[in-house]
Amino acid sequence: MAISFEKAFGVHETALNLKAKRAEVIANNLANADTPNFKSRDIDFKKALELANSQRASKLIRTHESHIDSRIGTEIPGLSYRIPLQPDTGDGNTVEAQIEQTKFAENAMQYQTSLTFLNSRIKGLISALKGE
Amino acid sequence: MSLYNIFEISGSAMSAQTVRLNTTASNIANADSVASSDGEVYKARHPVFSTIMNQLGNAQSGGVRVAGIVESQAEAIARYQPENPMADDEGYVYAPNISLVEEMANMISASRSYQSNVQVANMTKSLLTKTLTLGQ
Repeated sequence: MAISFEKAFGVHETALNLKAKRAEVIANNLANADTPNFKSRDIDFKKALELANSQRASKLIRTHESHIDSRIGTEIPGLSYRIPLQPDTGDGNTVEAQIEQTKFAENAMQYQTSLTFLNSRIKGLISALKGE
Repeated sequence: MSLYNIFEISGSAMSAQTVRLNTTASNIANADSVASSDGEVYKARHPVFSTIMNQLGNAQSGGVRVAGIVESQAEAIARYQPENPMADDEGYVYAPNISLVEEMANMISASRSYQSNVQVANMTKSLLTKTLTLGQ
């Protein structure tokens, strides 16, 4: 049985990247909690993971320099607007700070879960390499 | 690594909220600064926030900035104080129309927003530290 580093990390590498992106999106929501007309956004993790996996297989290839880069606008897969609990706040802002904060904490825990999975995979590889 | 962007985002929000706290402090401090005419009187200042868009201008954005500071259009309050050295010919001084209640609410809102951004930055810092020790 050959040791494959790519297979060893599996889905956790992509998941970790997506969670880092989600943290950025939520941090941006919190930063704009007082900006008029700002619409709160979030990443649908399930959709994003599916898209990230499928994009790897079928990426459009640019054969001419005037072709539009297919990655523009889809840099964060699964990104969409959050539906606010309170639709009208008076200034068009849909950020609900308490929800964003819990989502951020939840995402941070999930990020650490992914880190733990990766860590145990690395430990597994190390013990396989040492053969002790 | 997109986690590093969070520091920029939270940092921009912290400086924007600092500007807001600054204007609030200035408004409260000048609530009783009287002037001899309607035109010279202090006007309440409020910052206007706007989102910083990235180059693509669609999907992502990074943080918040102060687009400008607007002066309140509220009319000054005329007070009859003939003994005041600032009084005009008819004995009136003009005080700015600042609502202290509004300013205090603004101050609390700004400091809460500042705190939540500090928390985000702290949490990101601990996540990054853990990422750096991956595999050890």
